[in-house]
Amino acid sequence: MSAKYVSAKRRRRLSKDNLWGWFFTLPFGIVFIVFLVVPLVYAFYVSLFTYTQVRGSVFTGLENYRRAFSDPIFLKGMGRVVIYTLVMVPIQLGLALILALVIDSMMTRLASASRLLFFLPYAIPVVIGALMWGFIYSKNLGPFTSIFALFGRQPPDFLSTNGIFGALVNMVTWQWTGYYMVILYSALRAIPHDLYESARLDGASELQIAVRIKTPMISSSLVMVTIFSLIGTLQFYTEPMVLRNNANSAIPPEYTPNMYAQALAFNYNQINYSATISFALGLLVVIFSVIFMRVTRKQSGLGD
Amino acid sequence: MLKEKDAARRIAQPHRVGSNLLLIVCIIYFLMPVWWLVVAATKSNSGLFMGTGGSLWFDKHFALFDNIKELSTYEGGIYWRWLLNSFLYAFVGGLGATIISVMAGYGFAKFRFAGRNAYFDIVLGALMIPTTALVIPTFILMSQIGMNDTLWAVLLPSLLSPFGTYLMRVYCTGSLPDEMLEAARVDGAGEIRTFIQVALPIMTPAITTVFLLSVVNCWNNYFLPQVVLADTKLFPITVGLTQWQAKSNAGSGSEQVWNLITSGAFISVIPLVLAFLFLQKYWVSGLTAGAVKE
Repeated sequence: MSAKYVSAKRRRRLSKDNLWGWFFTLPFGIVFIVFLVVPLVYAFYVSLFTYTQVRGSVFTGLENYRRAFSDPIFLKGMGRVVIYTLVMVPIQLGLALILALVIDSMMTRLASASRLLFFLPYAIPVVIGALMWGFIYSKNLGPFTSIFALFGRQPPDFLSTNGIFGALVNMVTWQWTGYYMVILYSALRAIPHDLYESARLDGASELQIAVRIKTPMISSSLVMVTIFSLIGTLQFYTEPMVLRNNANSAIPPEYTPNMYAQALAFNYNQINYSATISFALGLLVVIFSVIFMRVTRKQSGLGD
Repeated sequence: MLKEKDAARRIAQPHRVGSNLLLIVCIIYFLMPVWWLVVAATKSNSGLFMGTGGSLWFDKHFALFDNIKELSTYEGGIYWRWLLNSFLYAFVGGLGATIISVMAGYGFAKFRFAGRNAYFDIVLGALMIPTTALVIPTFILMSQIGMNDTLWAVLLPSLLSPFGTYLMRVYCTGSLPDEMLEAARVDGAGEIRTFIQVALPIMTPAITTVFLLSVVNCWNNYFLPQVVLADTKLFPITVGLTQWQAKSNAGSGSEQVWNLITSGAFISVIPLVLAFLFLQKYWVSGLTAGAVKE
């Protein structure tokens, strides 16, 4: 076979790859442009204008962004979701990791049943989960009044200004821990088991194996679920929005940046400023995730 | 050797009690709200507030069938319409998203086309864009082209699934050997036939996972339909039930339909819970593909 022939064949292969590669990825590309790129570009364009009754729509450049980053309501909402992230992500992932490690080290029926049952809340829509917890937190409908009465006490008011933070953290933990646990558990199952065998022979305890061998081996999955839960928490919306119906005084309509954007668009009819808030939130989330991925670069399976 | 293994097991023993205890406590924690929902679905409006068994046990009056009957008549039985809408949005949206992701994942994994790397980097970047940040922009755009308050406003945006595409690419790269495709081509099969008859059967487990995840995504959808829909007839179950909840919480003067919310919520979660329990081997394998480093 001559070299000329090979290169001609390769060239033909390359142009075929071009044609079919684009053919198969084109539908995705179209949907991507129409429902991601266009809305984002358009929202950015809209955010550059300001509408007033008197002058109509006027180009104001980045003025809306200057306003957003000095708007106490937006900054407060942003601060809230950052605090939620700092509290919720470690709780969820810590619990998910512990449970995955425990289930992985046990081969009992209880362990496999737990794996399924912990995952159950994921199959329940977030809205329904939030509705349920709204009932359960309530003094009249929930079980806590009678449970606390057994000890002669009053239950804490979960839906008050003081209780709402814990109430929301608990809801999210309940809903998502099982999902993250399943991802981490699947990663644990992929580790070759003879690795632990030799550690065991060297006299390592199960706890040492879990901390020193298993956890580092699944660090790429840990980074991935951390990014998922980081992005999820920063765009906090559904849970506080639904719980607001039960806890009107504890959750203001602009509690999180997303709720603020929704309220601006629908309650105050400020479309331009609403687009600004959405765009600013998206940008901040991307920045946070990029920073996190840079910091954990080596472990991340999503990075380069 | 055997002795040493025994010793290792004995060392592990003390943790067992603690581990079992932890699992049992967590099972109670994760199941308690589900149990509450099962019980609450069987109660009448007054039974929810002053039932005989407390909120974690059945009332002496078993009202589940009355509740179902009331769901069929209240506001002209709109509940079943909502449930049907949810099925439609979840099934059609999930199926469309799956087809598009499967094609794209295959294309990215198996063809070295010009611009592939930059293109895929953009897909990975899109994984980081929060989906909710797109809701208000999509709403503004839809209102420009007059598509708000139609089912397309909910269905079309749900076709986009960068995560599904990412999962499919990882799976194709790992589990679909080039030699097999090459053999089909040598036998004279065209690219489309190779894709359908050779690649698709091998990709079935991953396709099932992506389909399940997409269906769950659409089924869970709340922010987008809440924003783009005004016609209650088009609501999915999530938006419909929260509307009832807001109405019932509005206090005196407005109707209170707590029993319809609890029984409606209970009925709506049954299909997906069953699907997850019975199809667990598929979603577990798919999540593994995504979780394990390439």
